[in-house]
Amino acid sequence: MASTRERLRPYRAVLASRARSQRAYRTSFALDLGGSLLVGLVELAEIWVLFSNVTTLGGMSFHQILLVFGLADLAFSLADLFFGHVDTLPAFLRAGTLDAFYLRPQPILLQLITSDISLRRLARAAVGAAALGVGLATSGVSWSPRTAVLVPLSLVSGYATFAALFVWAAGLQFFLLDGSEMTNAFVYGGRYAATQPASVWSRPLKLVFGFFFPMAFTAYLPAVTMLGLPSPQWLPAWLGWCAPAAAAWSWLMALLCWRWGLRHYQGGGG
Amino acid sequence: MSGASNSGAIIETDGLTREFRVRDGKRRRVLTAVDGLTVRIEPGEAVGYIGANGAGKSTTIKMLTGILVPTAGRVLTCGLRPVPDRRRLARQVGVVFGQRSQLWWDLPVRESFRILAAIHSLARAEEASRTAELVEQLELASFLSVPVRQLSLGQRMRAEVAAALLHSPRLVILDEPTIGLDVLSKQRLREFLIGERRLHGTTLLLTTHDMGDVERLCNRILVIDHGRLAYDGDLPGLSRTVGAERVLVVDLAEPMPDLTGLDSARHLSSEAGGLRQRLAFDAEQTTAAKVLAAVSDKAQVLDFTMEEPDIEDVVRRIYAASR
Amino acid sequence: MRATARVYWRLLVAGFRRQSTYRLAALGGLVANLTFGLLKVAILFATVRAAGGQLHGYDTTSMSTYVWLSQGLLGSVNLTGRTDLALRVKDGQVAIDFLRPVDLLAATIATEAGGSLFAILPRGLPSVLLGAVTVGIALPTSPVFYLLGVVSLLLGIVISAATVYLIAVIGFWLIETRGLQMLYMVASGFLGGLYVPIALFPQWLRILATATPFPSIMMYPIDVLSGFGGAGRAFGLVLAQLAWLAGVTAIGELLTRAGRRRLEVQGG
Repeated sequence: MASTRERLRPYRAVLASRARSQRAYRTSFALDLGGSLLVGLVELAEIWVLFSNVTTLGGMSFHQILLVFGLADLAFSLADLFFGHVDTLPAFLRAGTLDAFYLRPQPILLQLITSDISLRRLARAAVGAAALGVGLATSGVSWSPRTAVLVPLSLVSGYATFAALFVWAAGLQFFLLDGSEMTNAFVYGGRYAATQPASVWSRPLKLVFGFFFPMAFTAYLPAVTMLGLPSPQWLPAWLGWCAPAAAAWSWLMALLCWRWGLRHYQGGGG
Repeated sequence: MSGASNSGAIIETDGLTREFRVRDGKRRRVLTAVDGLTVRIEPGEAVGYIGANGAGKSTTIKMLTGILVPTAGRVLTCGLRPVPDRRRLARQVGVVFGQRSQLWWDLPVRESFRILAAIHSLARAEEASRTAELVEQLELASFLSVPVRQLSLGQRMRAEVAAALLHSPRLVILDEPTIGLDVLSKQRLREFLIGERRLHGTTLLLTTHDMGDVERLCNRILVIDHGRLAYDGDLPGLSRTVGAERVLVVDLAEPMPDLTGLDSARHLSSEAGGLRQRLAFDAEQTTAAKVLAAVSDKAQVLDFTMEEPDIEDVVRRIYAASR
Repeated sequence: MRATARVYWRLLVAGFRRQSTYRLAALGGLVANLTFGLLKVAILFATVRAAGGQLHGYDTTSMSTYVWLSQGLLGSVNLTGRTDLALRVKDGQVAIDFLRPVDLLAATIATEAGGSLFAILPRGLPSVLLGAVTVGIALPTSPVFYLLGVVSLLLGIVISAATVYLIAVIGFWLIETRGLQMLYMVASGFLGGLYVPIALFPQWLRILATATPFPSIMMYPIDVLSGFGGAGRAFGLVLAQLAWLAGVTAIGELLTRAGRRRLEVQGG
């Protein structure tokens, strides 16, 4: 059987060429980076504006919310970097590019995922990382081996969860075709929800973004655990450790949706 | 060439059927795109797959390559079932879509080849030699570093063909490859495909609207009409079934009344008051030269051309012949 | 030949019709509106409550009104900065537009406004209704606010079309308007009061925002429709919108003429 390096070769080839072509147009790339940075800053500004009026929101101070925002936004930006183009599946369908994927000896989903990379998201990831850094430093997190594990655990799980959302959206696009706004509701709405303290949510929101699209697990619940804060109703604090479970659930749903959608595209039950 | 020895057919279908449910206004009806197609293609053949638009050609190709699941019937491509064994099959088949590109739009042609070589896990040596061979045969050297979106149609088609053949597949399927090309480009492409077949024994399946492609490339013809196989045989057989009528168009020195009195040919139509006339004749009974001579007896001929037979016309006449 | 008002009416209707084909997208937009609306309500209610139930004139009900009106308005204003015209300026096809006997600025605005008006049906009104049903809103009782509200809404739509027109037209001088368009996308929503009501901004940011046309696109129509601040303030906001409309269209007209001259000189 071919070595791992050999098996990764096709994916590396496409990704490398897309990355190169993005960086090649210097001014466009710089502009894209700038735009991405601005978007990140504006999202942060939104929270900052609210805190210029009050001192706590959802039981958290500004620095504590920064921790939540940092975790969520960094994880999302990194997922967007690698998976962000996946939910533009309708464009692939219209161009007939998906059929070209069938003619290559790799899994279709894997080809779709590695077909592009959005390097400009790095700027936004920088905003998230900065917020995370400041949040960790100033929010009163008690440093212990527990916290040291929880931060990377949440980031990786959050990244996986957001990545799953993009794939989930792509699977649904086979049915919706021009319905990308509907999937934006849970992909970008999910990002927005993940940066909020779940304690402010109404019950239906807790159901949707607490459990079904498990956004609360990506940042808020881990933060609550790290800070030793009281947890809201229905979302006990120990769930902060269950971020990997949330990621697993999300990927299960995403892959099911993808298979379902692909079957529909091919017109049959295998 | 691919190492696996396979004494079986390259393509084998049995009652292959594909239905679509379409919404026709408010009603739902079933559209049968391919209906009970049974065909067997041996390695090394060059098959022309012709039919009117919407006759089911693209659907057949999609089922052969694993893009669509058949509604009924069996299909084996290179001895593999296309849908479950899609990834293995992809290593043995190359497809050229005339309308859609498989190359990376904004990258130079050379880059697309490198990526495809990686995708098909070609060893460096094999990649180098095969690329060099294809570049030379298809004359791609002059635009290897040009982004695909800046290529002319003829250049792009040559690059697409090279891309499809890079991994030396046993079966090459071409979907309308010469559409929109000028005469010279068509000829070069055809010559390349003939050479490829001769050198590597590649099987060719070609869907086309161009009878010229069929005449020069194919040794076997499949005609599909409304999803059903209407003819399976060689070109002479097709002419016999359809009636080998060809059309001679003459441009006369002076306007003449319709040339209806010719023994060897039938008058079809006149233009410009009789300056240009179209005459049909049976290629089995006489030749263009004889008809031309007959016309020259009656009028002074300035120029003449042969009209290529129309695929739709052929298909229509097959149906008429089978009634 | 000068075009008559009928031509502009036709363009308006065409813009209207073009949007009606995207029905599934409209439903999707509604779902998106509902989701973001509920999330905004969650965080903004928490803010109002944390401030003791009253924040710069907002209580939870008026905050809900703000959220759903802003979500409803979203489909009718251009907060991306992208236009078809920008692409046509970039590839030079705008030269054809100049050959037609219609004023480019007026024609572009009419088409955009048509699409915007249509969006009110599948997106605007249902969003507000959904909000009223799920969370509850409070609309003013006096008819003055409704009348002024419609005027303000129309003005907001036209100012939005006119402002993105400026970005497209600058393309006559700037080859790549992408940076400007991105800046517009980021600024127009934020400074227009899409994420947070402008009344909640710190003083300096509020001043900065009112120095741009963005509040007159979104925040002012919302305030007028909801009767926020009373009738006097509503009149004032509409006047401000009129001033912005005059200013933006004047600049637009100047730039169009200059751009046309530049195109002719370069041999478009």
